[in-house]
Amino acid sequence: MWIYEKKLQYPVRVYSTNPALAQMILEQFGGADGELSAGIRYLTQRWTMPTNEGKAILTDIGTEELAHWEIIGTIVWKLVKDASPEQIKGTPFEAHFVNHGKSPFPHDASGVPWTASYINSKGDPIADLHEDMAAEQKARATYDWLISISDDPGVTDALRFLREREIVHFQRFGEALRIVQEEMDKKKYY
Amino acid sequence: MSNYMDREQKNLLLEIMEYSFALVETNLYLDTHPSDEGALKLHNAYSQRYQELLSIYEAKYGPLRYTQMSGCPWAYINDPWPWEIDFDN
Repeated sequence: MWIYEKKLQYPVRVYSTNPALAQMILEQFGGADGELSAGIRYLTQRWTMPTNEGKAILTDIGTEELAHWEIIGTIVWKLVKDASPEQIKGTPFEAHFVNHGKSPFPHDASGVPWTASYINSKGDPIADLHEDMAAEQKARATYDWLISISDDPGVTDALRFLREREIVHFQRFGEALRIVQEEMDKKKYY
Repeated sequence: MSNYMDREQKNLLLEIMEYSFALVETNLYLDTHPSDEGALKLHNAYSQRYQELLSIYEAKYGPLRYTQMSGCPWAYINDPWPWEIDFDN
């Protein structure tokens, strides 16, 4: 089960009202390589992971991704909470606004809603851990692009933190993969 | 809804967040290096301090987790919620 802790993993500071930037950041709220996809992907793969190290890392990184999803939602909320309809009109956030108001919603930057086809669980630990390592690099690249377009120092700071986490997760998944491979090499059936 | 949190409460919360994050790091590292004694020592030291800080915070400002005790009324619901906090004021 899960227990909610009433705090963010990282303090989110936002210094501007910027609906256009909020819309781009939604890429990581409901996009293919976003935090929701990451969390659901890893937590779903746990049942068929053969090693204890792998089960633990999928559980704990999957859980951390949900904390990142909360951070992304908070950045988006703080970027739009004080925006007037006039400030939203004509920005890429306008189409989101007429459907969802100022609530974050899991869609990507272009408004395509989140779908389970963004994740996979092959029931094969080698395939799954390779997918997870690729997913971390894709998320890292998305953060690179987002950081390059952010003009709010607070938003950039939070995005940098999240980008670093992708690198740490990639490292841990690589170690989990090595452990699974060593385990499989030990029991070779011919 | 108020996003105001006084300086003292915010500093304590930020310290808890720092320890909590350090524990995320030791947790993930230990998942794939379960026999690293140095990392375990670090994890256990952070864990002890984290529990201490949580007890101080929750006794003063109310639960951060629903499993904790509260005076009446149930202080868990008090604002600001994590996404409402202004960390600079």
